[in-house]
Amino acid sequence: MGTEQPGAAAASAGEVDRAAYLDETARKFGISVEDYLLPTHGSIRILDETGRLRDVGEQGTAPGHEYPMPEADELLAAYEALVVGRRVNDQNSALVRQGRMAVYPSSHGQEACQVAAALCLGDNDWMFPTYRDSVAVMTKGIDPVETMTLFRGDWHGGYDPAKYKVGIQSTPLTTQLLHAVGVAHAAKLRGEDTVVVAMCGDGATSEGDFHEALNFAAVFKLPVVFFVQNNQYAISVPLAQQSVAPSLAHKAVGYGMAGERVDGNDLIALMAVMRRAVRLAREGHGPLLVEAHTYRMQAHTNADDATRYRQDAEVQEWMAKDPVTRMRTYLQGEGVLDEAAEARIAEAAEAMASQLRDGLNAEVEPDPEDLFRYVFTEPTSQLAEQQARLADELARDAATQTEATR
Amino acid sequence: MTVTTSSDANGNVSAATARATERAAESAAAAAPQPVTFAKALNTALADALTASDDVVLFGEDIGTLGGVFRITDGLTARFGEHRCFDTPLAESGIAGMAAGMAMNGMRPVVEMQFDAFAYPALEQIFSHIAKMHNRTRGALKMPIVIRIPYAGGIGGVEHHCDSSESYYAHTPGLKVYAPATVADAYRMLREAIDSDDPVVFFEPKKLYWSKETLDLDALRQQYDDGADASRSEGRAVVARQGTDATLIAYGPSVSTAMAAAEAAAEEGRSLEVVDLRTIVPLDDQTITEAVCKTGRAVVVAETPGFASVASELVARIQERCFHSLAAPVLRVTGFDVPFPAPKLEEYFLPSVDRILDAVDDLQWEA
Ligand SMILES: Cc1ncc(C[n+]2csc(CCOP(=O)(O)OP(=O)(O)O)c2C)c(N)n1
Repeated sequence: MGTEQPGAAAASAGEVDRAAYLDETARKFGISVEDYLLPTHGSIRILDETGRLRDVGEQGTAPGHEYPMPEADELLAAYEALVVGRRVNDQNSALVRQGRMAVYPSSHGQEACQVAAALCLGDNDWMFPTYRDSVAVMTKGIDPVETMTLFRGDWHGGYDPAKYKVGIQSTPLTTQLLHAVGVAHAAKLRGEDTVVVAMCGDGATSEGDFHEALNFAAVFKLPVVFFVQNNQYAISVPLAQQSVAPSLAHKAVGYGMAGERVDGNDLIALMAVMRRAVRLAREGHGPLLVEAHTYRMQAHTNADDATRYRQDAEVQEWMAKDPVTRMRTYLQGEGVLDEAAEARIAEAAEAMASQLRDGLNAEVEPDPEDLFRYVFTEPTSQLAEQQARLADELARDAATQTEATR
Repeated sequence: MTVTTSSDANGNVSAATARATERAAESAAAAAPQPVTFAKALNTALADALTASDDVVLFGEDIGTLGGVFRITDGLTARFGEHRCFDTPLAESGIAGMAAGMAMNGMRPVVEMQFDAFAYPALEQIFSHIAKMHNRTRGALKMPIVIRIPYAGGIGGVEHHCDSSESYYAHTPGLKVYAPATVADAYRMLREAIDSDDPVVFFEPKKLYWSKETLDLDALRQQYDDGADASRSEGRAVVARQGTDATLIAYGPSVSTAMAAAEAAAEEGRSLEVVDLRTIVPLDDQTITEAVCKTGRAVVVAETPGFASVASELVARIQERCFHSLAAPVLRVTGFDVPFPAPKLEEYFLPSVDRILDAVDDLQWEA
């Protein structure tokens, strides 16, 4: 690491190039390459757990890792998305209980991460979410009912990823991270200004694809921000059984990229860290890895029973760090959030909830022949035959039913 | 770690001690037939295998404290200790690859893949190493590994949770493929898989996990431990229902559908025989051939997409062996050749009683 000897016989052009790129990045911050790559001590945290602004010295910054406060209007807009996100989670959980959806992996408690991941992106940027990231998807501007199609069980996805620049919500863990790398690489080859945020959970960092994606992104110097929401559990398995690394952000160093930890329940810190990461990636200093330290407040999904593997006391402890309360306290204290603004935001959240209710309560009869329509761009003759067979079967069923009711 | 049986200084429960405790517990419980779920039978088989041999270890995702997302390993960590039943980091390739290494070093790993489609990251290890190791080393290394896979549909699961992936594994030389369809077989076949010196991919039909049969698990255990021939299932299909007009051939989740179809056909005056394969590899050609030659008509039922599948193989073999006894072409009722659909469309995809009856109607009956 550091300045390479250009004359070293063994060093290929690629090696010199790679070292120089890290070196240049570190020089920009006036720190060593090592200090650039390593996460700062602890997490970046700007708001304390009660919603008070911490002193600059306490915010977790070290030279080269300073995070300026986002502007007030930006924070108010982020808070609105946060409140709406919380409402989305709670409304969706209710809809699952009412049998309107097959399953819902809630991000209740992680909404600050969700919001920051979406809001740090520009129009030409992409996001690659997981099954748990519905709120991030909606915050990125995708129609809520289209987003929920997957979980309602009508189809495996409800939105057009290319249109929104948001990957499909991926269930096979970390497979989407390599897609993020591919999207970034294609953009780079075409000379386009595109940054990609690639999301996964703490447990997922154990999968092989996670490591392959980080390495590819680093080797090809791609503008990807890997965003790990460490919510402490992978279904029942706590992080301690998943990794004994000092932190997940430290994993970055092994691939030659910078890692940073951030308080995942502090919207301000998240906005600051993600914004900077995206900017660095855009300026050619990427990839980067950001680990947000948060908590999955509810069960893995509605099908899971969290009482089998964790104590209620632990959940209670995190209740006190709720990202919504913290942000509200701060904004009220600053006089940015007055009653009128609060009322307007509550209204926006209710409007979103009623959009979800109306959309998901509507009876939409899926078309069985859709089974065959999208397997290939043009159906094969075998599929056409099977489609005809199903159509015939359905016609006969309909005829028998009419017969029976006559 | 909680170990309810006595343990030695290292916390290892000796098989003998555990077995004695087990027996005592058994005789205390009144041995009588009672309703037993498929899940309970599997859980009991795992417990009995852990008791029978210290070489058996279970690992996978969420199988320890949680007892697995389907609770198949429920209580096993508490009972046998964390060294016998444990959670791994979240990595299927890691799980399968580590199982291969442990098998090389004398253990009998039983691993759980959380769902069918989540086993795919492990395919490199399963196809390239676990399946081939014995052959490659001219028999020097054995791979007594069981890969348990909850599979197939019928539970309204979202994508990647419902694949019928048996054809991929059956196509790979060196892997045995088991697919139990009844509660009693769930017990017997899992014991047998664990005792097999070859790698076994063990398919558990998710829709059957909570199905029940009235049976005596103690008697089943006794029968298995005594080595009773009647309890051997590998390579032995069973005629689940006798019939004379046509033969339905099924395995795993499709057996119950085939049985229901046979029941419905009987009401319409047609006598259908149902063959439950039990193991796909090895395949019991003899039972299949006899059953089909007897009736002269056959329908293969499977959830897997039909193209290049286990169902295709069955039809080919029947045609080769029964040609001169056949009164009609052998038909298939399988899933369509499409990705497993979203929950609201799965009823159109899965083989149904009606579809089976339609196929039976198509078997060229003389007027
Ligand atoms: C390849 C693969 N293996 C297993 C699963 C089953 N599974 C779904 S979510 C999950 C836990 C993931 O935990 P984490 O990455 O921490 O994310 P979280 O769910 O906590 O957001 C598991 C094991 C899967 N979806 N994909």
